[in-house]
Amino acid sequence: MNAPAYNFAYLDEQTKRMIRRAILKAIAIPGYQVPFASREMPMPYGWGTGGVQVTAAILGPQDVLKVIDQGSDDTTNAISIRKFFAKTAGVATTTATDEATVIQTRHRIPETALHENQVLVYQVPIPEPLRFLEPRETETRRMHALAEYGLMHVKLYEDIARFGHIATAYAYPVKVNARYVMDPSPTPKFDNPKMDNCPALQLFGAGREKRIYAIPPYTQVVSLDFEDHPFEPYRFNAPCALCGAENSYLDEIVTDDKGGRMFVCSDTDYCEGRQAAGHHGSLSAAPYKEKAHG
Amino acid sequence: MVDQATLDNDEPLLVAKSLSKSFGRIAACRDVSFSLYPGEVLAIVGESGSGKSTLLQMLSGQLTPSAGHVSYRMRDGVTRDLATLGEAERRFLFRTDWGFVHQDPAQGLRMAVSAGANVGERLMAVGWNHYGRIRDTASDWLTRVEIDTARIDDAPRTYSGGMRQRLQIARNLVTEPRLVFMDEPTGGLDVSVQARLLDLLRSLVAELNLAVIIVTHDLAVARLLSHRVMVMKGGRVIETGLTDQVLDDPREPYTQLLVSSILPP
Repeated sequence: MNAPAYNFAYLDEQTKRMIRRAILKAIAIPGYQVPFASREMPMPYGWGTGGVQVTAAILGPQDVLKVIDQGSDDTTNAISIRKFFAKTAGVATTTATDEATVIQTRHRIPETALHENQVLVYQVPIPEPLRFLEPRETETRRMHALAEYGLMHVKLYEDIARFGHIATAYAYPVKVNARYVMDPSPTPKFDNPKMDNCPALQLFGAGREKRIYAIPPYTQVVSLDFEDHPFEPYRFNAPCALCGAENSYLDEIVTDDKGGRMFVCSDTDYCEGRQAAGHHGSLSAAPYKEKAHG
Repeated sequence: MVDQATLDNDEPLLVAKSLSKSFGRIAACRDVSFSLYPGEVLAIVGESGSGKSTLLQMLSGQLTPSAGHVSYRMRDGVTRDLATLGEAERRFLFRTDWGFVHQDPAQGLRMAVSAGANVGERLMAVGWNHYGRIRDTASDWLTRVEIDTARIDDAPRTYSGGMRQRLQIARNLVTEPRLVFMDEPTGGLDVSVQARLLDLLRSLVAELNLAVIIVTHDLAVARLLSHRVMVMKGGRVIETGLTDQVLDDPREPYTQLLVSSILPP
């Protein structure tokens, strides 16, 4: 063995080439799931092994990396992945959406509008939108190939029949470029409209399932619905308790055992940015200011 | 002047020409030819292993024949060889102009989704995109197959065997197919449920001018539903003719044996 013990961004160059080929194919066929030879990563499946491999394959020394988990920059998953690349690639990291060139995300799209020089990398647990409707993978592949998507509407039909409205709140199926139906990973359906005609490149990596798919910049992404039950993004009907934002996606935080709760922006960077700009919410008089993380 | 409908009924809907299928050394089906006209019900009878199911699978394009071919007159009036259809076209045909009723409803239904969605699936597959209309059509069909519309949101796994079979029929007929294949549709049902199902099938077939190819080993089913009967033995058609003729006055010894093996009423 005379292989070097260290390579930039953890993966060896041949592996990165393999992943990049899959990414190129995925970009060429928007929404199509490209198989790739997913590697073992130093983290468990379900923690973003797919996203990490995609990030490793596209990361260059000049890139600035941001990692979010449910919109937050400071949860375990986000911090460990950020540290992982700071250590193995030595790239600059940030929590500011604007400054980042590569954003790896789990289950959210940042509130701040993305721009052309950015790549958004999603961690995907289950890439197949038809998985729980049609158990045979051979059959779902054929359905994608022939664009037979009636079954996807069966799921939405079931929702309305059972709950009176489309109750699917996350991983809401979309049609990309008027061809492939795609699972947008478990992002809330609130984020679906942001995928449409987005200036940034969106890449999706599923490590355990060994699939990569993509939405190229400025691609049409339509959420599936019925004429009489149109798609509606969902949001708690409250302003953020910390920054007063009326149009951001909110997390519900239970504050005591007497029914007390507060709603705060799930995107921490967006919320902090607004607070720094002088916006206030009903609970923003915090007793102490937490030190900025990084 | 002859109107278009009469003309349509004079042209065969499906034509099988010297169909054969062998699995290795076993010839499951040998040299079967026939024509099926719109609105006609053809029963294929014979004991197990006589090649009836193999024949049905070839006719419905699920199995490629070793020799011979099947052609079908599409909705646009053009008769085409099934072997030349692309997979997409064949699958489209299967969920619009054809129906397939399986013996085991679990094969033809999605057991975990509601009855309404089971019936509506074909509509959604051909692009229906209005929940209200899909649901209305589904509940209309449930009524037609005598299922209480209050059960529309229940999954078929909560249904009885007879209800499942009727639901399967509704699911197949919702796109108004012209040809329905049935593989032992009454197998596994008790006698009174069978009678009710046959009654329902008979009225639907007449009402919708359906052509049906029904595979059965039950001569009573053949007598009740079909206009014509084909008797198969060892992969060959040994006798064919009008149902009453074949069953009342069988010519072949094997058919005579089949007919005489039914207990007299």
